[in-house]
Amino acid sequence: MFKIVNRKEMAGGTIVMNEIEAPLIAKKAKPGQFVILKAAETGERIPLTMADTNPDKGTITIIYMVVGKSTALFKTLNIGDSYQDIIGPLGKPTHLEKMGKVVCVGGGTGTAVLYPITRGLKNIGNYVIGIVGARSKDILILEDEMKAITDELHICTDDGSYGHHGFVTEVLKTVLQAGDIKQVVAIGPVPMMKFVSKITKEFNVPTMVSLNPIMVDGTGMCGGCRVSVGGETKFACVDGPEFDGHLVDYDELTRRLQAYCEDEKKCYNDFCTLQQA
Amino acid sequence: MAEKDSKKTVSRQKMPEQKPEIRRRNFEEVPTGYTVQMAMEEASRCLQCKKPGCVEGCPVSVDIPGFISLILKGDMTGAIRNLWTKNALPAVCGRVCPQEVQCEGNCIVGKKGEPVAIGNLERFAADYERQNGTGVLPPREAPTGKKIAVVGSGPSGLTVAGDLIRKGHEVTVLEAFHKPGGVLVYGIPEFRLPKEIVFSEVAFLEKQGVKLECNAVVGRTVSLDELFEEGYEAIYLGVGAGLPKFLNVPGENLIGILSANEYLTRTNLMKAYRYPEYDTPIPKAKDVVVLGAGNVAMDSARTAMRLGADRVRVVYRRSREEMPARKAEIHHAEEEGIEFHLLTNPTRFMGNDAGRLTGMECLKMELGEPDASGRRRPIAIKGSEFIMDCDLAIVAVGAGANPLLTQSTEGLSLNKWGYIVTDPESGKTSKKGVWAGGDIVTGSATVILAMGAGRKAANSIHDYLTWGW
Repeated sequence: MFKIVNRKEMAGGTIVMNEIEAPLIAKKAKPGQFVILKAAETGERIPLTMADTNPDKGTITIIYMVVGKSTALFKTLNIGDSYQDIIGPLGKPTHLEKMGKVVCVGGGTGTAVLYPITRGLKNIGNYVIGIVGARSKDILILEDEMKAITDELHICTDDGSYGHHGFVTEVLKTVLQAGDIKQVVAIGPVPMMKFVSKITKEFNVPTMVSLNPIMVDGTGMCGGCRVSVGGETKFACVDGPEFDGHLVDYDELTRRLQAYCEDEKKCYNDFCTLQQA
Repeated sequence: MAEKDSKKTVSRQKMPEQKPEIRRRNFEEVPTGYTVQMAMEEASRCLQCKKPGCVEGCPVSVDIPGFISLILKGDMTGAIRNLWTKNALPAVCGRVCPQEVQCEGNCIVGKKGEPVAIGNLERFAADYERQNGTGVLPPREAPTGKKIAVVGSGPSGLTVAGDLIRKGHEVTVLEAFHKPGGVLVYGIPEFRLPKEIVFSEVAFLEKQGVKLECNAVVGRTVSLDELFEEGYEAIYLGVGAGLPKFLNVPGENLIGILSANEYLTRTNLMKAYRYPEYDTPIPKAKDVVVLGAGNVAMDSARTAMRLGADRVRVVYRRSREEMPARKAEIHHAEEEGIEFHLLTNPTRFMGNDAGRLTGMECLKMELGEPDASGRRRPIAIKGSEFIMDCDLAIVAVGAGANPLLTQSTEGLSLNKWGYIVTDPESGKTSKKGVWAGGDIVTGSATVILAMGAGRKAANSIHDYLTWGW
């Protein structure tokens, strides 16, 4: 059993942070890797990239947005409660290298995944420019944390309630125009990664994205997480989750993420009705 | 003399089964098992050969005449104890072994009539023990204080664990999934092998002292060298094949095309057939095609029928003769209304605007000269393209080697396909103190062959712990 030792609700309760006892995983995990969590006996296996690890304390941190029944079920777990199963660390770690000036772009809960990678890039000696976007100020996460590990941090909100009024891509374009950017890391909703990659391609700046397709086992066994990268089929769980952003077929990924949307919607609604009753 | 004559007159006891029209829509086990009386009748058919061919045909050398004679005497406890000396998983083997090409294929009674139903009797002895048994554990040798790690809790890993625990060693089994059993749990469907039986076999090993750790991805959570540092003196790798193969034809990433691994894992391990009671969804399709014709293809097709399909078609590029599935499985599938479209090869998948599968283009094939596999090579008939409508395609054309563990482990020799190279007699790998067996060595094979490999490795590990590498 994997006990929750710390828990915080963010963005008005739509996003939740869990710090969980998982000493073996905490010892091994590197930025960019993910775990698969299952809350209870009848639960689904949900892949989430870790937002942080603490090997001394033996804990890992995940940050998730409540989007369906499984994450709603996760949200019912409080400090002292446990996940029944967590496996990891899975996937390839991020390749961290001193390159000079790099840009880390995060959107929504993608910022949580971006956080350890940003810190890794900073610690290795890069000049790190952070760009973080959210729909609105009240659902913006990790602003202070990102500020502490970046040399510059730009905030964008879709509704203009905070920082730049508009998308991360607009700020990114300005940053790229200033020149000398060696790499961009973009993690967030698929459309965000798609448009970030489109812009960086114009500027010919290498771009890394982290994908979160539908998965079952996370160890290369089911092939449910297959994505097209440069015309080849890759398994995000063992070949990724990070890929060259310029080569990913985002439209295919967007469609594949919808595979179970009808079931998911119904399941989530039933669960919410049950909770309210 | 009179007794011998009576043996000849008893015909093979037919296994009672759920009727096809009923079972095709439920996940309960198809055969319901022998009664005590049926088992004893069947046991009376065994000639108790002095040189039993059946034992030679068994990859783990079960003392077949021995356990059958105990059933005949009504000593069911004796029968299961006899089985356990050679086979850690009799309830499983009695259900899923290809007996027709192994023990029963060598049975003398079968030369003139139907062979003794060895598989059914093995299953009976194991089920009887589980339901009515004394719970007395098999004898265990004095503790040696030696620690062994078994990686993977499929059939070969469980065999190694069972053999070595009885030899007095300490055994820990590490499983990557959240439940033990490997392919017995994620792959083989409930209606062929109820999961409760697998868990009960595993629980039985735990009662004997085997430790089980789930959610342990060896190669990621912990490395082989770390296991040695933790004090394990020998490691057995039975991690399975794993990486699903696809057809590599256009359109294969449309929604509604799943590997058999994914389709079966969702259904079996995650219990998607009980969705929404269980949270994992499964595509509910009306018109299903299954590509491939092995046992996994049959399992997929029969699962799709049980999940409510109107029509399930198995599509295979060769002819019926080359179908790799067991005859019994093909027969069961046909009884349940599965159609077979042979000499048919998919060339591309078609979808709608939402990226969902709507059809599959195929070519008709004819058989040419034998190829490297000895089977006649299928050749496409020009201009024979046609379209099969479908809303779910399950790809069951085999699996490759999973690189998760092998890539992260130094000193482990692999062949060109990524499988682990071992000494065929002992299962020793190129890395000291490490053995391997099952699908990660041979590529996709059967449960019993994996168990046979486990048996050899367990003997070799015992020798090593006693005398050295």
